[in-house]
Amino acid sequence: MGMTLTEKILAKHSGNDRVSPGDNVWVDVDVLMTHDVCGPPAIGIFHKQFGEDAKVWDKEKFVIIPDHYIFTNDKYANRNVDILRAFAAEQDLPYFYDVGTDSYKGVCHVALPEEGFTRPGEVLFGTDSHTCTAGAFGQFATGIGNTDAAFIMGTGKLWVKVPETMRFVFEGASLPPYLMAKDIILQIIGDIGVDGATYRTMEFTGPGIKALTMEDRMTLTNMAIEAGGKNGVVEPDEVTEAYVKSRTDKPFEKVYSDPDAVYHSEHFYNFEDLVPMIAKPHSPDNKATAEELEGTYLDRAYIGSCTGGKLSDFRAAAEIIRGSKVKLDTYIVPATTEIARALETETIYGTPLIDIFREAGCKIGNASCAACLGGPSDTFGRLNSEEVCISSTNRNYPGRMGSKQAQVYLASPYTVAASAVTGVITDPRVFIQQTVI
Amino acid sequence: MSKSSEPIKGKAFVLGKNVDTDQIIPAAHLVYSLEDPEERKLYGKYALSGVPSQESGLPQGNIRLTKEGETESEFKIIVASDNFGCGSSREHAPACLEIAGIKAIVTSSYARIFYRNSVDGGFLIPFESFDDLSKEVHTGDELEIDQENHILKNLTQKKEYKIKPLGSVADIVRAGGIFKYARQTGMVAER
Ligand code: SF4
Repeated sequence: MGMTLTEKILAKHSGNDRVSPGDNVWVDVDVLMTHDVCGPPAIGIFHKQFGEDAKVWDKEKFVIIPDHYIFTNDKYANRNVDILRAFAAEQDLPYFYDVGTDSYKGVCHVALPEEGFTRPGEVLFGTDSHTCTAGAFGQFATGIGNTDAAFIMGTGKLWVKVPETMRFVFEGASLPPYLMAKDIILQIIGDIGVDGATYRTMEFTGPGIKALTMEDRMTLTNMAIEAGGKNGVVEPDEVTEAYVKSRTDKPFEKVYSDPDAVYHSEHFYNFEDLVPMIAKPHSPDNKATAEELEGTYLDRAYIGSCTGGKLSDFRAAAEIIRGSKVKLDTYIVPATTEIARALETETIYGTPLIDIFREAGCKIGNASCAACLGGPSDTFGRLNSEEVCISSTNRNYPGRMGSKQAQVYLASPYTVAASAVTGVITDPRVFIQQTVI
Repeated sequence: MSKSSEPIKGKAFVLGKNVDTDQIIPAAHLVYSLEDPEERKLYGKYALSGVPSQESGLPQGNIRLTKEGETESEFKIIVASDNFGCGSSREHAPACLEIAGIKAIVTSSYARIFYRNSVDGGFLIPFESFDDLSKEVHTGDELEIDQENHILKNLTQKKEYKIKPLGSVADIVRAGGIFKYARQTGMVAER
């Protein structure tokens, strides 16, 4: 009997020939990532448990990426970044992307691939639930808490219960011009529910997936957690290899699922059958098509985060916004500083993306998590009262983007941009068909 | 703290399904120190403050876990429906509930990271019920969890329900978290 990609990685990292779903195993960790919200308490636990003079198990494997509460005057939030800074100095950490320096990156899950930490076949843990994003690279990647992170900091190990794998197979030669990876994952979450993959791996496969770019694949694995998944994963291929090799010289070993691997379940989709999707307030599985919601009232549009703040997301939005004025308060927040720079250099018909957004009247923020998770009250784009927002982010539970009176619709950057231009929820196909023809 | 297998007694606080970590502890409050003995009490004050008011303390609603101006709750056991603790990986979620005085949760299912954090951090005991008890139990009911026999007793309504054994995480729960467990088993040196 064969093993899935996830089972193989966990077997190798726990020193076993094979593992089966349900086994509890201790795995060796290749990369541990933390940020400004969970780093300080993890550091506190690390010192308390291993001593004030303790050193992290391997400083080459420990990455600190402040990204959540960066551009704020909140004194506690600023203190948290100071705690990271002091710890990085004390431990002489090579991979600390400090705020206010040239090395500052922004959102950790997009920064990790950019900096070459998402390598196929490895095990990555992060103190953030969207750590599952890195599964797009064929890595086992999942979110953990502060105590578990502190445990890894001291030992380099953690226990894992081997998950069952759900297999999502995609037919289709390429994404239709109106469809984005965000639509696909919203469809899946709507189908299986916010606990439809709890404790399990979501493996995305099939010819359709092979046709996706790395950024598209990241959008899929990013939201595995919104279905309760432990991790999301895509088998590595030439696309993966080209990306990873352009970012790191470190060797890696690609791992694939065996043809006779055993799956919890299989789910089949065809790109051609899918349409632009939306998750209505207040749950990512509260699905509707953009068409069904046409004309719904909105106050604000938000494009950003690890899900919908990558370069291809802004390119998509700019294609639609180009030449129009936005009718909603529209916030643009690049996930990382690298993406922010690319907004200045990437062009559509000779116009840089940033100028397209500026001329349309969008507000442009600094690379960080910003209002994706609300944050302190002075956070850029935060929903502070009863606003209705359409957003390219990943969660819309009550209060996620700030006030619990606010309402958030989740959608693809195409749909968010189309809605920003018209002022109400709009199916982007209206715009895309025009551009294509 | 290590968790004995003695019965756990106290008043119930009842919630619905998909109570996510932003409802358990809204993101704006994640900035306080968990170590500073005074500052950490703020987590008790704001625990469950993100739950929409009408869904807080069911079936009646509009009940706060911790009273205005207080940091510890009169309620000791949370009873909730499916997928409790979904959303982010913030350990502040089980931590804030412990700081508010919650000893155990009984729900029909958990989101994975919340469950794991509750166990590995030794904050509270996450029990699973066979059926959704959030419609049966009322906020304020006196409950007793008989851990030896895996029974939840509703002393107010004089009803009993079977709950699931802790299974593979029982040793970590009893030890009081992953560090104590690792020290007991010799994985991490005693200190
Ligand atoms: S962008 Fe949003 S979802 Fe992504 S890490 Fe930041 S807060 Fe979390």
